[in-house]
Amino acid sequence: MAQPVKLMIVDDSSIIRKLIQNYLNEYHIEIVGEAGDGKSAVELFRELRPDMVTMDIVMPEMDGLSVIDEIRKIDPNVKIMVVTALSDKSTGIEAMKRGAKSYVVKPFTPDKLKNAFVKLLQ
Amino acid sequence: MKETDLHFFIDSTLNYFDEVTREKAQTGIPYIKSQDPVVLDYTGIIGISGKRKGSIYITASQDMLINLAQLILNQSSVSNEDVKDLIGEIANTISGNVRQAYGSDFMISVPVVVEGHAKDIKTPDDVQAFVIPITWRTHQSYLVVCLE
Repeated sequence: MAQPVKLMIVDDSSIIRKLIQNYLNEYHIEIVGEAGDGKSAVELFRELRPDMVTMDIVMPEMDGLSVIDEIRKIDPNVKIMVVTALSDKSTGIEAMKRGAKSYVVKPFTPDKLKNAFVKLLQ
Repeated sequence: MKETDLHFFIDSTLNYFDEVTREKAQTGIPYIKSQDPVVLDYTGIIGISGKRKGSIYITASQDMLINLAQLILNQSSVSNEDVKDLIGEIANTISGNVRQAYGSDFMISVPVVVEGHAKDIKTPDDVQAFVIPITWRTHQSYLVVCLE
């Protein structure tokens, strides 16, 4: 069997981190780490080198868009799914420009999150 | 603030409950906040800067947040940390979702959570604050919007 995809979850809400974990548990993934702020996310990414990251945008210490820049300097191939309450188009476009592969607006249903995650896996 | 501003927040609030719980919440008629405090057990506050300035907060009872967290997490017991986290996340989501209407210049802060019945939540003196009553199941909560 292939190695599970290593996923890191970044969100300042512990409830959202739990939800993402619950909703994605049917996929062949291993949650290798979780971060609740932007700065910890970069440090943890450097240490764990996950294949994929779910990324909040509004967070303490460093915002998610800046975190995307930093972690893509470490690994340009990392796949990033933004999960945020920010629903405006320009933030979505900005996230994609910086290298995110999918964008989910909170609040999300299990299907909405899974559909975006499947895009990331492809 | 205009009436349309209130509609953006009402729509965002109703959408939150609809998406998260698959149950309809109801909003009452908004009113201008008086000197009387509008504070329940837990309050999530978001500061607004950029194109608009002010603050937004949602305040709810412990019972409501426990019910909501149980439903969201599909667990029969939830911690106090979950409850505190949830009120901050609701405030963040309602505020972040109105950027669809206001655009990216509507900057939101990370949430600040107040636990317990504070005397009141301070909003700018020179700006009117509007209170939007929210009912979900039998629980009453309030969204307070104070924007220049």
